[in-house]
Amino acid sequence: MSTQYQPFLLRMLGNSRWTGYAISVIFLCILIPVLNLVVPEGSLLHVSNYTVSIGGKILCYAMVALAMDLIWGYTGILSLGHGLFFALGGYACGMYLMRQVGVDGVYHSNLPDFMVFLDWKTYPWYWTGTEHFLVAMLLVVAVPGILAFVFGWFAFRSRIKGVYFSIITQALTYAFMLFFFRNETGFGGNNGFTDFKRLLGIPIATPEMRMFLFALSGLTLLLMLWMSRCIVDSKFGRVLTAIRDAESRVMFSGYNPLHYKLAIWTLSAMMCGVAGALYVPQVGIINPGEMSTANSIEIAIWVAVGGRGTLIGPLLGAAFVTGMKSWFTATFPEYWLYFLGLLFIVATLYLPDGVMGLAKKLKGKLL
Amino acid sequence: MISDNFTGSQATGGSHLLQPGVLDSSHGVVLYLEDITVSFDGFRALNKLSFSVDVGELRCIIGPNGAGKTTMMDVITGKTRPDSGSVFFGQTLDLSRMTEPQIAQAGIGRKFQKPTVFEQHTVFENLELALKTDKRIWHSLFGKLKGEERDSIHEILSTIALLEKTNTRAGLLSHGQKQWLEIGMLLAQQPLLLLLDEPVAGMTDQETERTAELLNTLAGKHSIVVVEHDMDFVASIARKVTVLHEGSVLAEGDMNKVQNDEKVIEVYLGR
Ligand SMILES: Nc1ncnc2c1ncn2[C@@H]1O[C@H](COP(=O)(O)OP(=O)(O)OP(=O)(O)O)[C@@H](O)[C@H]1O
Ligand SMILES: [Mg+2]
Repeated sequence: MSTQYQPFLLRMLGNSRWTGYAISVIFLCILIPVLNLVVPEGSLLHVSNYTVSIGGKILCYAMVALAMDLIWGYTGILSLGHGLFFALGGYACGMYLMRQVGVDGVYHSNLPDFMVFLDWKTYPWYWTGTEHFLVAMLLVVAVPGILAFVFGWFAFRSRIKGVYFSIITQALTYAFMLFFFRNETGFGGNNGFTDFKRLLGIPIATPEMRMFLFALSGLTLLLMLWMSRCIVDSKFGRVLTAIRDAESRVMFSGYNPLHYKLAIWTLSAMMCGVAGALYVPQVGIINPGEMSTANSIEIAIWVAVGGRGTLIGPLLGAAFVTGMKSWFTATFPEYWLYFLGLLFIVATLYLPDGVMGLAKKLKGKLL
Repeated sequence: MISDNFTGSQATGGSHLLQPGVLDSSHGVVLYLEDITVSFDGFRALNKLSFSVDVGELRCIIGPNGAGKTTMMDVITGKTRPDSGSVFFGQTLDLSRMTEPQIAQAGIGRKFQKPTVFEQHTVFENLELALKTDKRIWHSLFGKLKGEERDSIHEILSTIALLEKTNTRAGLLSHGQKQWLEIGMLLAQQPLLLLLDEPVAGMTDQETERTAELLNTLAGKHSIVVVEHDMDFVASIARKVTVLHEGSVLAEGDMNKVQNDEKVIEVYLGR
């Protein structure tokens, strides 16, 4: 036993990838919490609540970028509707959070305020079970997963490809946005869900809860990263890149690309759902704006900027673009979209492999 | 949930012991095309094409540009559906009702006219992907390459003279090497029937010669259909030649007979 165990531990420590994971866990679960909660405000080392909340958002975006990379970077299918899956996961989590408000809403009703406003007497059928945490968490992955599966089944089976596929995904998220904007749909119309009070009975707007959600997002991201690594390193991953590069050869080698595309597409959507569910309690709101076509395009830009087909690149892309966005919206809000467009053009024209490609090139030049 | 388990198609008009979904070439015929017609916007690329290939045969198909040679391969491999006519693999497998992956799994391998390999993968990975094995998702995710599979990949690598390039990205290979890699991928699939569309295009004379040798050793073990324009190459491998012209068979027979056929000289060889 022990002779096997020790080399394994040594191997893990000697492997830079595992070291990277270990450092990340310490950073997310020990260092940042201590610097935020223990180190006093005003100290140079203190990490502000604002930083933590931006960081938490970025971690969720990074999950979406990773999901996008699996389907676009590795499989060559550009989705411009991934914001939809993210939003659906967010709404599923939001339903539970609305239930947790209980009778503490403005109208002190058992129903959320917007339902009282609509003069509804009971929850509609599709809210059934959402008061249970586990049911809601199941919906977080099941709703985006099932939608993606059904949509993908029809799209991939009809061999819809390239820009046609991208346009249809845009239309899909747009249609859902319009649907969610309607008050009668039962998801709070254009205000969506907000004013959350509790999560699992624990008050949500506390520094500790913020920190907990931050660390949980970080760990979830690491888990997804590890899972994605296993996927792209397996033969399954090699089939995905083969589909991207020469789909007909894949078919004539006896693989059915439909099944492979459908599997990774559905998984990618479910990852977005999880990201959305972690995002909503941290930002405290979910509304149909998350389903806007621009949001989904931004996701693609994160991946393009970071570098398609590398797992780390898109995470950096998401962090960089989101960081720039919060800086721009604070300083010159009206120029943000121009900058984003410029970034996209520069990335596609001069950095086809994103910052990761650039880093590789520089490394090659220096060494 | 997801399974691409090949169950095959229904045998049409089968009366007695024909087992659908199982290759039956006991009558000595491995491929059988009858009255195949394919039109593109009214233009007949294949016009009532009929011919058959025997088990273990090495058949060459020649014909001028646009004769329909590639289209014929598209029909056999499921890429193009014929407007009419029937195409059978052995006695029982109706290829016109099967999908491309099903046809590949049933034992038909195809080399494209334009070499098509996975450029971003290494030579080894290309062969690994082609290897005959369970091609379903679950196996791809969790299956491990077995020792004997690794050995057979190495055997193929030496057959196609790419041992030195095992870990090279396929995109970096020369044109001729890509052609060979693609042939190697077909071998890895262990097909019963190989379809090769212009396998020596872009090869040096030496490479062409080696390819001819390779095909000669494969004939007998596999049934092979080769489309080629290079007449010297055809002469070096052919036993039986079929000449296509305007979507149907113009002449068929051994090299000598075909070369002296007046119609063939007029439309193809004479120019
Ligand atoms: N998808 C398609 N749409 C329209 N026309 C097509 C299509 N595919 C083939 N054709 C036409 O069908 C005819 C036969 O083409 P095919 O590629 O089978 O010829 P070929 O015998 O392989 O010629 P080559 O020696 O040049 O490879 C050609 O005239 C071609 O233009
Ligand atoms: Mg051709």
